[in-house]
Amino acid sequence: MNLSISTAPHIRGKDSVQSIMLDVLIALLPTTIAGVYYFGKNALLLVVICVATAVLSEFLWSKLTNRPNSVKDLSAVVTGLILALNLPAGAPWWMGVIGSAVAIIIVKQLFGGIGDNFLNPALAARAVLLASWPAAMTTFTMPNYFNTVDAATTATPLDGLEASIPDLILGRIPGSIGEVCKIAILIGFIYLLARHVISWQVPVIFLGTTALLCWAFGSNPITSVLSGGVMFGAIFMATDYTTSPMTAKGQVIFAVGCGLLVAVIRSFGIYPEGVTYSILLMNIMTPLIDKYIAPKLYGEVKKNA
Amino acid sequence: MRQAESGKEATKSIPIREAVFEEVAIPMAMHLGAPSKPCVAVGDHVKMGQMIGEPVGALGLPVHASVSGTVTAIENRIQLGANRVQCVVIKNDFLDEWVEGLEGHGDVETVDPTLIPGIVKNAGICGMGGASFPTHVKLSIPEGKHCDTVILNGAECETHLTSDHRLMLEEPERVINGLRAVMRALNVSRGIIAVEDNKPDAIARLREVAKEREGIEIAVLKTKYPQGSEKQIIQSITGREVPQRGLPIDINVIVLNVGTSAAIADAVISGRPMIDRITTVTGRVNKPSNMRFRIGTLLRDAIFACDGFDGEPTKIIMGGTMTGACAPNEEISIVKGSGGVVVLNRKEAEAFTESPCIRCGRCVATCPVGLNPYLLKRYCEAGDLKNAESSNIMDCILCGCCTFTCPARRFLTAIFKITKEKIAQSKKR
Repeated sequence: MNLSISTAPHIRGKDSVQSIMLDVLIALLPTTIAGVYYFGKNALLLVVICVATAVLSEFLWSKLTNRPNSVKDLSAVVTGLILALNLPAGAPWWMGVIGSAVAIIIVKQLFGGIGDNFLNPALAARAVLLASWPAAMTTFTMPNYFNTVDAATTATPLDGLEASIPDLILGRIPGSIGEVCKIAILIGFIYLLARHVISWQVPVIFLGTTALLCWAFGSNPITSVLSGGVMFGAIFMATDYTTSPMTAKGQVIFAVGCGLLVAVIRSFGIYPEGVTYSILLMNIMTPLIDKYIAPKLYGEVKKNA
Repeated sequence: MRQAESGKEATKSIPIREAVFEEVAIPMAMHLGAPSKPCVAVGDHVKMGQMIGEPVGALGLPVHASVSGTVTAIENRIQLGANRVQCVVIKNDFLDEWVEGLEGHGDVETVDPTLIPGIVKNAGICGMGGASFPTHVKLSIPEGKHCDTVILNGAECETHLTSDHRLMLEEPERVINGLRAVMRALNVSRGIIAVEDNKPDAIARLREVAKEREGIEIAVLKTKYPQGSEKQIIQSITGREVPQRGLPIDINVIVLNVGTSAAIADAVISGRPMIDRITTVTGRVNKPSNMRFRIGTLLRDAIFACDGFDGEPTKIIMGGTMTGACAPNEEISIVKGSGGVVVLNRKEAEAFTESPCIRCGRCVATCPVGLNPYLLKRYCEAGDLKNAESSNIMDCILCGCCTFTCPARRFLTAIFKITKEKIAQSKKR
């Protein structure tokens, strides 16, 4: 009889990288649907193009470098989708292509692939697009549903557009495709919590800090967290495993830092929105946080007998 | 850690039964410490309880015949971990004749307490929870230390195993007598039996018996792996933490497995050495059971006692699925530390392929010791023993939680075990 031998433990939990990424995709579905509903076929086109380019880039890279095909882990799909949801609905299709290729090849693969990128790929790509085509990246339209008439360009609530709270919550406002409908984003959040993919701390502390500081700096805390991409960012991007700290304590520091930077950029910076740069800056801080914030070691305390 | 499936359902309501076979192969190395030296020769007739291996060195223990019969061989056989170990092979005459001169002290409450460590040593008792540390050494408190609490570990947090559960349920008097003996030996007034809350029937039985006895409490623990790990159980019960690189006695506690306690009771009351134990045989066998086996029973006989394999086995685990080791073949022996045998089929013994760490942080969140497993793995892979050590790898209890929880299926525990051994070896030199 041939018995196989392996080291303990002999069983594993149910979650795999692929199942986690699938959960994230499921959680992103409501806000994706809402975005496409509000912004129509160009939004749908951008979603398809970003996801397709990200997956293709991941595939080609693994072929070119002779590494195992990593498409099945679904992480490229997540990156492509998050990037699309971060674009204004009116962005030209080729920006989706460039953004996704930058995210996967430059931000992710050149640094070693999944788990080794120090910046959130979708966010870093968004920053590249924002720096390269600032006008296209900051031109927003009111939701025009699937009307064929071109929607008029307008200011966002962060630029001073007056919007009611229900409009902010439902998403009847201009903005990036995935960030407008807060209800849809929260449904995704609840799903991620129920599936134990993320914990509540980072999003809640991030948004809490933003609200508190915006209030301290003289803005309405409620509209602050309902405007722009802060809720989407706090739930779907600040919780990115790879680019946030490993310990619970470190994650609290990370979330407070994100919230603080958003409030400071929005209140004192030249940008009306600061979520992208806030999270990217805290991504850079993550190795430092991990270096100094260690979990509490059993038996390290003084004897308390 | 959230446990996927505990696997205890199959055997938790099955009463203990005994099976004795034609041959036993009793290894001379069943305890931590130097292997014992055989003191019988091929052809000798031996009786049950007769010493067949003499203790060697400070952590040495005697080994006893578990059946009466004839010694047919003294040879090296492959045992767990594919190590060759000297074994005394005895052909059973099925007379179960006890050796003369085994003297008991009748009652654990009246025996001279200073005799107890000696009785425990002579009975060949080592920890039955898995580590197999010689028990009499724990009962000899070093100069300057003192013990105020004895904890009996009946948590049985490993998957599949129900041998301790059934022992506590069916033979609570043995467990409690052993605890009283240890409490008296150490002059301690507080004895605690710690049981996870998934064994309410055992808890009720123990409470019933403990009522009549002095200073014994039953502590109910949450069912949560690795609750039964020595350091974790001490923390759960006393709130004290064993200092780094320290021993439980440094915080005035000793912990013994409930099976060990029952063996101590037998030794003190009737002078009976450790010649059998309760082992759960479960998984892909036709009749999952809680068995009382003679020490040295062959694995193939143990499986036979449970009506053989259910389908083709792929892996046989000695112990539970979180920390157990794989049997290299069916000829290895049931030893003093064998709490369970778990048979897995091809599907359950799935081979895992490692993928890159995605830094999800689950290993850090789940580690009961407070280590950074992802970081330790990086040091271990780079052969950086210095950084691994300064990141406290020696505190790792090899519970397997990080590996279980890792979605990238990374082999964390395995490389920690190897690295810990390497570091320990470099210290010896």
